[in-house]
Amino acid sequence: MELLIQGIIEALRLIVTLDREVLSITLLSLKVSGLATILSVLLGMGGGTALALSDFPGKRILVSMVNTGMGLPPVVVGLFVTLCLWRSGPFGFLELLYTPWAMVIAQCIIASPIVMGITIAAIQNLPPNLRLQILALGASRLQLYLLLLREARLPLLAAIMAGFGGVISEVGAAIMVGGNIKGQTRVLTTATVMESGKGNFHIAIALGLILLLLCFGINYLLTVVQQLERPR
Amino acid sequence: MRPLATITLLLLLLIAVASPAPAAPSKIIILATTTSTQDSGLLDLLIPLFEKESGYLVKSIAVGSGQAMKLGERGEADLLLVHSPDAEKKFMAAGFGVNRRLVMHNDFIIVGPPADPARIKGAKSSSAAFKLIAATGSLFVSRGDNSGTHAKEKELWKGVGINPEGEKWYQQSGLGMGQTLGVASEKRGYTLTDRGSYLAMKKNLGLAILVEGEPLLLNVYHVIQVNPHLWPRVNGAGALAFADFLLSPKGQGLIARFGVDRYGAPLFFPDAGKKPESLGF
Repeated sequence: MELLIQGIIEALRLIVTLDREVLSITLLSLKVSGLATILSVLLGMGGGTALALSDFPGKRILVSMVNTGMGLPPVVVGLFVTLCLWRSGPFGFLELLYTPWAMVIAQCIIASPIVMGITIAAIQNLPPNLRLQILALGASRLQLYLLLLREARLPLLAAIMAGFGGVISEVGAAIMVGGNIKGQTRVLTTATVMESGKGNFHIAIALGLILLLLCFGINYLLTVVQQLERPR
Repeated sequence: MRPLATITLLLLLLIAVASPAPAAPSKIIILATTTSTQDSGLLDLLIPLFEKESGYLVKSIAVGSGQAMKLGERGEADLLLVHSPDAEKKFMAAGFGVNRRLVMHNDFIIVGPPADPARIKGAKSSSAAFKLIAATGSLFVSRGDNSGTHAKEKELWKGVGINPEGEKWYQQSGLGMGQTLGVASEKRGYTLTDRGSYLAMKKNLGLAILVEGEPLLLNVYHVIQVNPHLWPRVNGAGALAFADFLLSPKGQGLIARFGVDRYGAPLFFPDAGKKPESLGF
């Protein structure tokens, strides 16, 4: 109990004094997971919309695969990305392992199926006649996509939140492909693991609290956007 | 379209902030090392100073000594700082490494609950202590991760002719030293640890030092450069530079003073230029 209170006090101190190391760790978390989320939104929403609107043999299998991907264990993704980025691996020449970019790649692989899966469900949940109506009014394919995405914006924003929440909080892939290197690839989750391993529980609690606050802040922003214009 | 526009703006903003520039490849050194050097905080002291002095960027990956050598075998690391002498000799004999040099030492200790159910405190040797633990079936928490500490522990069990694998009182954490100490403390078990990790974590542990000060328990750290002739991508020059820094008077002085202010005693003793046989208590 004493440790918990100590940790909370330490967290407040680190936040109030804008501790430089904690600040840089927090910013890196935000950059890596933010960029990964953006990429996964592009991939997931684009792919998800296309998949939801098309019809072809094997679509069910593909959608099932995407839905399975929503539960991809981060450590497994981390392992495969590490093997691919090894110097002796197929993409070793890129020299990306133990860089923030490697973390972005791994987190993008984790978040994309989440965004895609929710997108597919959201688009398929729209009234089927809507699509015909939009097309009847002379919309191009791109305009159709944009209008449908707009109609489904509530669940789609939830998709972004789920994707971001999935990657900002994961530690398995981040520690494997990033290596938790001080000043380079140390993010909030990996730093929390390390500090608790070192026995610095008050700092670990502090980092955990900052992570929670960060998640809350981002999700609050997204929720505000989501609720701006309630569909009537 | 207002919400969509707002999101796009937010996303663009994030992209603008998110542009970590990668450094030139030849300036990067990958150091595979043990959890004890990271958990104690030693590397956090040494690496920034070396980077400032040399312009290299050191990426230290804290894994067990076993995994560090596996990375070295495949050329996935440039330099190893490890403490598993027998495995290191095999690594060198197979030609995977060059220039193995003694850096520093501390010692292993056997820690356990202060109540000491197996009565090992005051045991004449580590082997006597291990026999007592096995005979009383007291919980022993092993690293179980092929680290240098795990290798030493297996060597000690072998020395007393006991195979603890599969015994009920023998549990493997599969974690780093810091976390394993935490497990041992919570479960009131015994474990083998390097003194540095123990001192660094002591304040949060309910564990006491029960056996120490035996030549067999010496914990010796060597630096090994991964053979750059085997792997074209290995940064041989960078590895040599960091190894030389560790062994320089400056690096050795930093190692000698590390931890004195915080723990009242040094965590590591510098040994540049010495022979391992000359070390002792």
